[in-house]
Amino acid sequence: MKRAGGLARSGLAVAAALAGPIFVAAQGAAPQGATLPGGPLAQAPKAYALVHAKIFTVASAPIENGTVIIRDGKIAAVGAQVDVPQDAQVIDATGLQIYPGLFDPITQMGLREIGAVSATVDSTETGNYNPDVVAATAISPSSEHIPVTRAAGITEVLAVPASGGMDSFGSTGVIGGQASAIHLAGWTMEDMQLKRSVAMVINWPEISTKTFDFATFTRKEKPYSEAKQEYDKQVNELTDWMERARHYAQAMGHGGPADYARDLKLEALAPVVRGQLPVLVFADRAREIRNAVEFCDKQKLKMILAGGEEAYKVKDLLRSKNIPVVLRPVLTEPLDEDDAYDRMLTQPAELSKAGVKFAFGSFDNSFARRLGQNAANAVAYGLPYDEALKAVTLYPAQIFGLAEQVGTLENGKIANLVVTNGDPLELTSEVRYLFIRGQLTSLDNRHKRLFEKYSARPKQ
Amino acid sequence: MNRRKAVGAICGAVLVLVATVPAMTANSLAGETADAAGDATAPAILLIQNATILTISHGTIEHGSILIRDGKIAEVGGSINAPKGAQVMDAGGQFVMPGIIDCHSHIAIDGAVNEGSVSVSSMANTADVLNPDDISIYRDLAGGVTVANILHGSANSIGGQTIVIKLRWGAPAAKLPFEGAVPGIKFALGENPKRSNFSRGPEKRYPATRMGVEETIRGAFGEARDYKSKWDEYNKKVSAGEKNLIPPRRDLKLEPLVEVLEGKRYVHAHCYREDEILMLLRVAKEFGFKVRTLQHVLEGYKVADEIAAAGTGASTFSDWWAYKVEAYDAIPYNAAIMTQRGVVVSINSDDAEEATHLNQEAAKSIKYGGMTRDEALKMVTINPAIQLGIDHRVGSIDVGKDADLVIYNHDPLSAYAVVQKTLIDGRVYFDRTRDIAERPEREKEKKALIEKEKKAEEKKPDEKKADEKKTEEKKPTDKKPEEKPKPPQSVVTEDGAGRGGAL
Repeated sequence: MKRAGGLARSGLAVAAALAGPIFVAAQGAAPQGATLPGGPLAQAPKAYALVHAKIFTVASAPIENGTVIIRDGKIAAVGAQVDVPQDAQVIDATGLQIYPGLFDPITQMGLREIGAVSATVDSTETGNYNPDVVAATAISPSSEHIPVTRAAGITEVLAVPASGGMDSFGSTGVIGGQASAIHLAGWTMEDMQLKRSVAMVINWPEISTKTFDFATFTRKEKPYSEAKQEYDKQVNELTDWMERARHYAQAMGHGGPADYARDLKLEALAPVVRGQLPVLVFADRAREIRNAVEFCDKQKLKMILAGGEEAYKVKDLLRSKNIPVVLRPVLTEPLDEDDAYDRMLTQPAELSKAGVKFAFGSFDNSFARRLGQNAANAVAYGLPYDEALKAVTLYPAQIFGLAEQVGTLENGKIANLVVTNGDPLELTSEVRYLFIRGQLTSLDNRHKRLFEKYSARPKQ
Repeated sequence: MNRRKAVGAICGAVLVLVATVPAMTANSLAGETADAAGDATAPAILLIQNATILTISHGTIEHGSILIRDGKIAEVGGSINAPKGAQVMDAGGQFVMPGIIDCHSHIAIDGAVNEGSVSVSSMANTADVLNPDDISIYRDLAGGVTVANILHGSANSIGGQTIVIKLRWGAPAAKLPFEGAVPGIKFALGENPKRSNFSRGPEKRYPATRMGVEETIRGAFGEARDYKSKWDEYNKKVSAGEKNLIPPRRDLKLEPLVEVLEGKRYVHAHCYREDEILMLLRVAKEFGFKVRTLQHVLEGYKVADEIAAAGTGASTFSDWWAYKVEAYDAIPYNAAIMTQRGVVVSINSDDAEEATHLNQEAAKSIKYGGMTRDEALKMVTINPAIQLGIDHRVGSIDVGKDADLVIYNHDPLSAYAVVQKTLIDGRVYFDRTRDIAERPEREKEKKALIEKEKKAEEKKPDEKKADEKKTEEKKPTDKKPEEKPKPPQSVVTEDGAGRGGAL
């Protein structure tokens, strides 16, 4: 068996990886390690063979002592009886496990660096209706969050505009813009982009009698009638946008460009009203979810629910309408004081039993690495393990129409995968190797560098 | 978690107004029924058998037993015969460890956690505003927490006084304080006291720089030292028998600072950056007091030797970072590096929800920095006990200590572990099985209350007309008076509890 150029180093890397704690493994895993700006290797081998691993394909039963062949960025073969090609760089994964990389479907990755510093924040445009803005435009490939997040085994995410986080300060807008799916490695957005536009964000208006005014830093209360009026106004505006977009889409379909004045916002909404681009609707309360479902039904929009803290109250509705959910972290306080203390923790099991499809999302950047922890906690409270694993791999891919490319370890899919020393959802498991787009990707990151730097500080 | 936590992390110090969640029917309802979940009284003698005991102080005992008498641990070992009259609890091989101690909490505070109007708010005291009905007490109990350090917020260089409580859910406020625990005071350094992230908020207040923070603390302790010497002089004269003396005028701001100088009150200092950490250690040295704990201390790993040398404890987060500039160098290896360099480290929550899985947060240091299992477990048990000066009473499973215990169905250093029971002073305050069993009854009671409220309103059509707005708010259709004032999407309070606080 011929071995590729990086073999000697790689062999050492494996030895180091198996011997030491994660930071040693991390250095070893990337032969050129810290010299890379967190991207894939400059000159990666064309093919890799990961051998002697336990493989969790997610598509079928786990394979003991199996092999994964990666070629040209794709998975070329998976199985127990797979020949290792002559030109493949071989990684001995004895005692290790291989999973599809985790997929975090709601983050603000690359759009927000430091929440409190507005200059580093690009996640929420001002104004209420911004269907034309696209996350991919503003994602910074050198964000420190990207390598930190992928070190937790997350290989792809959705960067979602107007999806909360600390930057919005109370105004997330109603139509927030288009979410982009990205790989967590690449020199430029062109490398990273999995799909530029995967969903249109709608923050479903709330009937809220209590609000916080950031202009004056005071809490305001208003009568229900007033809150309801504001709600109705926003829903009317939203309806209006969709109807105008429908007319616009018709005009686009019929006449030439001269027949109508070009409108970037309506143009962006055209695929939405045609049912081609799903709407990712943020709503947590049962009442808001019901209203949103009714709206999307009427407007014939393809809805994905985001948040869904009270999804359990409308699980039958969600199942009957085939509306999938991206759930807020289960490590979130229940909404109401008289909710059961474990309300958020048991919800995934309840939804799963009811046949509602869901994925877990972090809804954040710096907490993205808790994605696996959240899934594991749901298992602790009754969700079958296999479902939890799917809810951080296959299901987000299916929900956002990306399951042809990612989400399982199957021939032909993009080779985004993670090699661990144990259950990737467990707190103490370590990522030993990470492949993104078929390239062995550095696990080095800001946190490891600071750790190494200050571990080496001479004793004072 | 995230939106509430992280946003609050920034706004915490100002969101005082969000904090006032009105007391409501639902709250007291949950309170009453959940109280019933605990035993009315602790059995005089309780024997826990067949447990995997994580003693913290002397390893793990498989198939072990713990004998509890009058709320104290009387015996720990392999097999203990049940004494006459003992209630026996079979743990079925499950894991028993000491109750979790949260060294940074804002639960059980009635209203806001910040008296943010002044740079030195040492006259304010969290002990005066304990709210025993806060549902976060019960929820944290359900996460295995038995003791919490209830801190004032971080809006001030020198903040309010603090108190250590036991999570005795169902007991009145007066029964919450940890008997004999040394009271504390909150200090805060960096962005929060200098109000960096609050430009849209109230007008600028001194200090607005880290330089000014130091001077605020030095100024206050200068005053406190003078105040103390006035009293010392007065007391000296009194004991010398002098009559008709006029005592110095009492100063409620300086009194707690004098207690700090006398070592009778612990300083718990919120801090992030290495420079401000060293600044405070220098100021403490100048005035001759000790900093008991550095809170958050996210850059503690950069100056771990200095912290260890000062004999100061460090209470930090597991993996929070990047929510503000001073948290940009935060790393999940912080606890491991500080521990390795000899600092007593605890993992805290600063958040009612985060507190419910501190066992998991501690486990992360095994992965980030190669901590041993024992070291990780210590960070939420004996180490915070040492930091709070209560390690003679709690923090490990040893004879003579309080029977504050938590029982998990799996290894508590795993994300798959679920708390089954939490005991304080030998009494079961949380029992998962019972909590679940009582849910239908609670639902029924809630429905009945809602029906009652609906009927009460239907009876008063005249009043409804007279004050349309008021009644509309109570219409069944807009119901949910219990809804939290959910700040738009991400604005929330730092402490999941909706209190706006400290971070």
